[in-house]
Amino acid sequence: MSFWERIKPEFWGHHDVAAGLHRHLFNLRRIWFLSIVLTAGAAIIPVFFLAAIDYRVTLTSFESENIMRTSRLVSNTRRTVSFFILERQYALQFLVRDNPLETIGNKPRLDAILKNLTESFGGFTDLEVIDFNGSQIAYSGPYGVTGVNYIEQSWFKEVLTHGNYVSDIFMGFRMNPHMLVAVKQGAENHNGYILRATLEASQFHEELQHIESGSIGEMFIINHDGVLQTPSERFGSLFGQLALEVPKYSESTRVTETTGPDGEALLVGYAYLENTPFILMAIRDKAFLMSAWQEARQKIILYLVGSIAIILIVVLVVSTYLVSKIHTADQSRVAALHKVEYINKMASLGRLSAGVAHEINNPLAIINEKTGLMKDLLGQMEESPLRIRMMTLVEAVLQSVDRCSRITRRLLNFARQSDVAFNIIDIGAVIDNVTGFLQKDAENRNIQIEIDIAPDIPLIRSDRGKLEQIFLNLMNNAFAALADGGHLNIKVRKLSGKKIRILVIDDGCGILAEDLPRVFEPFFSTRTRQGGTGLGLSITKGLAEEIGGTISVESKPGEGTRFSITLPFNPDVGKNETDASTHG
Amino acid sequence: MKPMQVLMVDDEEELVVTLAERLELRGINADWVTTAEAACEKLKERKYDVAILDVKLPRISGFDLQRKMVQLAPEMNFIFMTGHGAPGGFTGKNTDADLYDCLIKPVDIDVLVAKIREITGRSK
Repeated sequence: MSFWERIKPEFWGHHDVAAGLHRHLFNLRRIWFLSIVLTAGAAIIPVFFLAAIDYRVTLTSFESENIMRTSRLVSNTRRTVSFFILERQYALQFLVRDNPLETIGNKPRLDAILKNLTESFGGFTDLEVIDFNGSQIAYSGPYGVTGVNYIEQSWFKEVLTHGNYVSDIFMGFRMNPHMLVAVKQGAENHNGYILRATLEASQFHEELQHIESGSIGEMFIINHDGVLQTPSERFGSLFGQLALEVPKYSESTRVTETTGPDGEALLVGYAYLENTPFILMAIRDKAFLMSAWQEARQKIILYLVGSIAIILIVVLVVSTYLVSKIHTADQSRVAALHKVEYINKMASLGRLSAGVAHEINNPLAIINEKTGLMKDLLGQMEESPLRIRMMTLVEAVLQSVDRCSRITRRLLNFARQSDVAFNIIDIGAVIDNVTGFLQKDAENRNIQIEIDIAPDIPLIRSDRGKLEQIFLNLMNNAFAALADGGHLNIKVRKLSGKKIRILVIDDGCGILAEDLPRVFEPFFSTRTRQGGTGLGLSITKGLAEEIGGTISVESKPGEGTRFSITLPFNPDVGKNETDASTHG
Repeated sequence: MKPMQVLMVDDEEELVVTLAERLELRGINADWVTTAEAACEKLKERKYDVAILDVKLPRISGFDLQRKMVQLAPEMNFIFMTGHGAPGGFTGKNTDADLYDCLIKPVDIDVLVAKIREITGRSK
């Protein structure tokens, strides 16, 4: 037996064998399916929506929080970095205002200033004083650059125009990443000059790294052309081209989403640093940022799957239970209808045969008496061949009348069964009466009926009509199973405990082993195609139980079947039954 | 011994006529009627030893008729005949049918005669 066979509900394989009144009212598989779909649908859809909404809300809040955090980080860092540059710019501005050209153009004085700057701010490599014609006036620093003219260089023109200048970070001949900061002092004819300082970029990078630590992701600086000004681990080396697009100009801090070189989702926060060629970039891995969200999402999904599973199990179990109940109720309804119909049929049949028997009995009685009278009169006649001949004829008529009367008596016996309740009966007579009905059929099919009643069988108290129906059903079944020329044995034996056992044994086709436990179930039939309703044996069992008996069956396919009925001498049932019998 | 007087009541005229004739042949004086009313009239005319009643008569059952007839002729014996049922059906219950002898139609004349002689002999 497969797993499915074992868990399959009873109604699943139900086939409606009956028609008309006895049709089953419901398509149970359809009801089952609909109830599951509707209940499960009604329960799951809200849960699903709730989970979806929760999913969206959590996702949005996680995303906006990440954007906010990134934005705050960039804003803070922007302030720090801007301040780093501005601080030095202001220092230079203070210097140029405090020192006229005569003082600052003096090399020892310039050396002292550089020393002070390095000690107080740090990061200054050298200082250079240049006049408005681009000629170097004084230089202080480790590289000893002298006699250079800057008039043609773009930064020089820029300082002259705007008053100050901040360069990109570059290697230059100093072979060390650095940047230039320059400020202008005074007008051309009043001893004006330009002070240019070189700043070490490494300090800049350290500053960023210091901020970066503690937050996940990378921060670095690029210039407006996308060249990396501080090294990045993932998006390019120092002075290399940024692997991402340069973000659009914006006055304030912005956060955008983009995809990295490997297709990963990135959250990019950036800010253009005012008055410098720098853009501050903070790049964070979205997948990493959202890992907390993944956890939340997993919980939501787990909750959803769990709820749906529980709902489905409950719906499945409840629907199956209810539909099984409906099936059982429907089954017993149909069985009850069948039984009522069967009883009605038997009662009508009884009334009909009683009527027929009675009607025939009266003319039969007249024939009997008339013929009897003829016989009496013939007896008084003189001996003659005609009298002898007439005598034999009259005898033949009387014999036929006797035969007829036996038939009508049997019919009347059968008819009375629908009204008569418990009586003292002779089991042998009941069996004789029933086999009488089948005698003709048995002769036609050459079936041997053997009745063996033990001599010690007492009269028992039972319902004659029900017993007759039981035997009639069992014998009809046996006849259906028997081949022509088969044998039907009926044995009656006394058992201990005031019981008798009646065995109805045939050597017909038998019952398959897997069908055997089900033969007494209502609607079980192997002959549905031949008009069986599958109710005969279930009614027989019901009848046997009504008169306090039990019925069992043994069978071997191909060898035959043995039905065994056990009856008590004096059953408890029916003792207080009112006597419904009538005579007349 | 004076011949026995028997009254037969059955709505099947052909049956009672013939039965009466056959009983006459066997030395029993048999009168017959087909209705309960006629039977009561007959009882007023003369005395009978035995009444043979059909269990089912028009408008009245044989047992009810018997009760009426007992009032008119308390000494009389009764035999019932019926077209219904078998002897087995009349056992174990205190019905009228069990108190009296009941014969099943068609009746063997010899059985009937024996029955008549038996109950009249017993009652005398």
